[in-house]
Amino acid sequence: MAEKQVDRTREYVRIESVTKRFGDFVAVDQVSLSIYKGEIFCLLGGSGCGKTTLLRMLAGFEMPTSGRILIDGQDMASIPPYERPVNMMFQSYALFPHMTVERNVAFGLEQEGLPKAETAQRVAEMLDIVQLGAFAHRKPHQLSGGQRQRVALARALVKRPKLLLLDEPLGALDKKLREQTQFELINLQEKLGVTFIVVTHDQEEAMTLATRIGVMNKGQIVQVGTPTDIYEFPSSRFVADFIGSVNLFEGRLVDDEPDHVRIRCGELEAPVFVSHGISAAPDAEVCVAIRPEKILMSRTPPASGENRAQGVVIEIAYMGDVSVYLVRLDGGRVVRVTAPNVERHAEDRIVWDERVHLAWHPSSPVVLTN
Amino acid sequence: MNGRFRNTMLVLGLGFLYIPILSMVVFSFNNSRLVTVWDAANSPTLKWYAALLDNAQILGAARLSIEIAAATATGAVVLGTLAGLALARFGPFRGRAFLSAMTTAPLVMPEVITGLSILLLFVALEQAIGWPDGRGFLTITLAHITFCLAYVTVVVQSRLAGFDDSLEEAALDLGARPATVFWRITLPLILPAIVSGWLLAFTLSWDDVVISQFVAGPSASTLPMVVFSKVRLGVSPDINALASLMVLIVAVCVVCSTLWMRRRERQRQREEQMARAAGG
Amino acid sequence: MSDAFARLDRRARGLLARVRGRNLVIGIPYLWLLLFFVVPFLIVFKISFSEVRLAMPPYAPLFEQAADGSRMVAIFNLGNYGYLLTDSLYFSTFLYSLKVAAVSTLLCLLIGYPMAYAIARARESTRNLLLMLIMLPFWTSFLLRVYAWVGLLKTDGVINNALLAAGLIDQPLSLLYTDFAVYVGIVYSYLPFMILPLYSNLEKHDLTLLEAAADLGARPVTTFLRVTLPLSLPGVVAGCLLVFIPAVGEYVIPSLLGRSDQLMIGRVLSDEFFANRDWPVASAVAIVLLVVLLAPIMLFQRYQNRELEAARR
Repeated sequence: MAEKQVDRTREYVRIESVTKRFGDFVAVDQVSLSIYKGEIFCLLGGSGCGKTTLLRMLAGFEMPTSGRILIDGQDMASIPPYERPVNMMFQSYALFPHMTVERNVAFGLEQEGLPKAETAQRVAEMLDIVQLGAFAHRKPHQLSGGQRQRVALARALVKRPKLLLLDEPLGALDKKLREQTQFELINLQEKLGVTFIVVTHDQEEAMTLATRIGVMNKGQIVQVGTPTDIYEFPSSRFVADFIGSVNLFEGRLVDDEPDHVRIRCGELEAPVFVSHGISAAPDAEVCVAIRPEKILMSRTPPASGENRAQGVVIEIAYMGDVSVYLVRLDGGRVVRVTAPNVERHAEDRIVWDERVHLAWHPSSPVVLTN
Repeated sequence: MNGRFRNTMLVLGLGFLYIPILSMVVFSFNNSRLVTVWDAANSPTLKWYAALLDNAQILGAARLSIEIAAATATGAVVLGTLAGLALARFGPFRGRAFLSAMTTAPLVMPEVITGLSILLLFVALEQAIGWPDGRGFLTITLAHITFCLAYVTVVVQSRLAGFDDSLEEAALDLGARPATVFWRITLPLILPAIVSGWLLAFTLSWDDVVISQFVAGPSASTLPMVVFSKVRLGVSPDINALASLMVLIVAVCVVCSTLWMRRRERQRQREEQMARAAGG
Repeated sequence: MSDAFARLDRRARGLLARVRGRNLVIGIPYLWLLLFFVVPFLIVFKISFSEVRLAMPPYAPLFEQAADGSRMVAIFNLGNYGYLLTDSLYFSTFLYSLKVAAVSTLLCLLIGYPMAYAIARARESTRNLLLMLIMLPFWTSFLLRVYAWVGLLKTDGVINNALLAAGLIDQPLSLLYTDFAVYVGIVYSYLPFMILPLYSNLEKHDLTLLEAAADLGARPVTTFLRVTLPLSLPGVVAGCLLVFIPAVGEYVIPSLLGRSDQLMIGRVLSDEFFANRDWPVASAVAIVLLVVLLAPIMLFQRYQNRELEAARR
């Protein structure tokens, strides 16, 4: 999706060096983060990386071992979950099984002591928004997975929170439904102007939903940025490897100029030329990351003497929209290359055991210095 | 294990469980005083049932037993629910292991030990502070609550364990205070466990003879105590009638509740299937 | 979340961890059990060191003034335990009770296992019906069901009459007031306690394991011995403990069905208490019984906790 601009002047959530320990285990380690009004911020990471714990601290179910959480400028330390201006959509949806859809959605408003008529009206409105008006009198077990997900969303949103926390909001849905629901979520978020913090382990989901992504690993935030930033300019090997697939080459900086660098990699025959400068000591050990779709493959050798390699195709996987090729370079290293399947019946498709030349644009490689 | 072998064992085992009960029911209609000799000429007869309903001692004891069982079940449900809630939902707290031990030990503790020890407590208390003054309804009920509470705790605890605590978290998140969460979410969810805990405690109390014998004073006799002293002297046909009546009542209740639960379960499965089929 | 992490998280959490009134919820049942379950044991323990007196209560005071009259001292008199040790009656009674409980437990297991297995593998609709049939006797009076066996096992009882009528025996068998009658009574009363934990274990087994074993060439007997049986061990242990521990101290069944020349320990305890009014010796018997059963009770608690923890995941 097109990237939305985030208004950085309107900070809404501020997490200040928050740490959470469970016994000896550090679940969240010195995390500092600002989240702005109106964004969809995705916390992305593998299982056990601390993303859910961080979310639960925002909701008030866990207390930070140290550090502060401020929401709208107010310190949350002494505020119990039922007094926070925050609502959460649970991974399991946590719909009350003994209440109808309508009662579930009304529950939060009843706690505010709203008049009955107003409660009923707001519940009806919200059920219309999520297109569940016809299901108001059903119990949760009479709904499909997608409908349950929308009830959970309606129940959290009907309270008009400024901040909605979503724990794996699409995790329980099948693939088709997930794609459709992603866009519904975004539309709803824009319409209601709520700030979303989404926890997910699914990078595609994070890419589609997020205005910004915070990648977490071992309790720490390793990179924060827009989806494009995270994908095109990963700041570490972990992020490069975790998001999408990547070919990583160890190398040494041989030519360090303000507008370009040259790197020699033991596994590549020619030097890597990168068309922008980096901040690293000359002669430093660095790592070059090149995405598989940014490598061009052909039978004829490229014109340039740099950014090139050659090898033999050892594996082809047809994925429909693209094909993945594994090419063993002459030095023995296996490189992953993807190419779109533009034509339906390509006569001269590259086949197994064929000798091929690889090349890439000087702007493609990312140099990772740490 | 071979399917035919285990099914045969199942049938034989069920026969083993039901033949004694059936024989009691059959002989409750027997005319002869000799409980086990069928007097074909004058049977079946209802005279033992009539004798039973004339027996003031048995009726009085039954009444006392019902009162004790109802009070016990109610007390045990309140305390057992609190204990189950604490064990299942409060995370770690000081003394948790001890509380857990105190609620599982009574499940297997031989009744003679429980009975003796709690009686000695009552005697010591009476000596020290003059309470409980004498023994009877109150002491029996207190003793029964103590051993029944363990059963209720286990039932409530395992029901709570079956529910994700995110349900309660969701309620807190939607602005409900902890007390509201308990009354509106937790309690309705564990209600089936509370009902079955109540029935279980009622039955255990109604059935108990050993502990009651220790803690009942000379004035109070529960139904099992009366029955026990009668059957120790040998068989008597009006006890057959009593047993048959109890079997009848229990069977009707159990069969009805099982059928009702089964129907509800089926209904639920059908609805879930329909919801899945509708998709979306 | 990884399993280990989820477990850690859950243990550390405790949803209502900061709730006011939380101490009340814990405290009320806690104090109740302390007063009516734990303190009584301490009193029994103390009285087991006392001397019998002709008074009410019939034991010597637990505390007496020291010789110089300045303070109270606790009296510990080991006489009752010495008595239990020297009189071989108690030793043989304990041994007999353990034997009866062990044999009954084994019989329960042998009968209950195939039954539980058959129920666990029955069709889902019949399963609940069968469980109901197992549970139904449990809801009817235990005492009356034991009493039913008196009518069946008597010399002129139903079984003897039937066997005589069928011409299988000439003389009535003496069945009642024997070890056999006690075994029948205990197995009959405790069978549901064996079947239920076994059933809930067997019902959870993954049936593809059996198919996998068969696929790998194991015959049904081998599959049972090497897959099903080992997996069901927790259920076996739980069922056996649920039968064995209460059976050792069983009072009603041996009183109605058992021998009069060989009592079980529960009966001895109750006779010491009611007939002899020797409360200190009865207390000592209770303490020894408790010590004997301590290990199985702790094993049972460990199993019970594990079951409840497992249900949480």
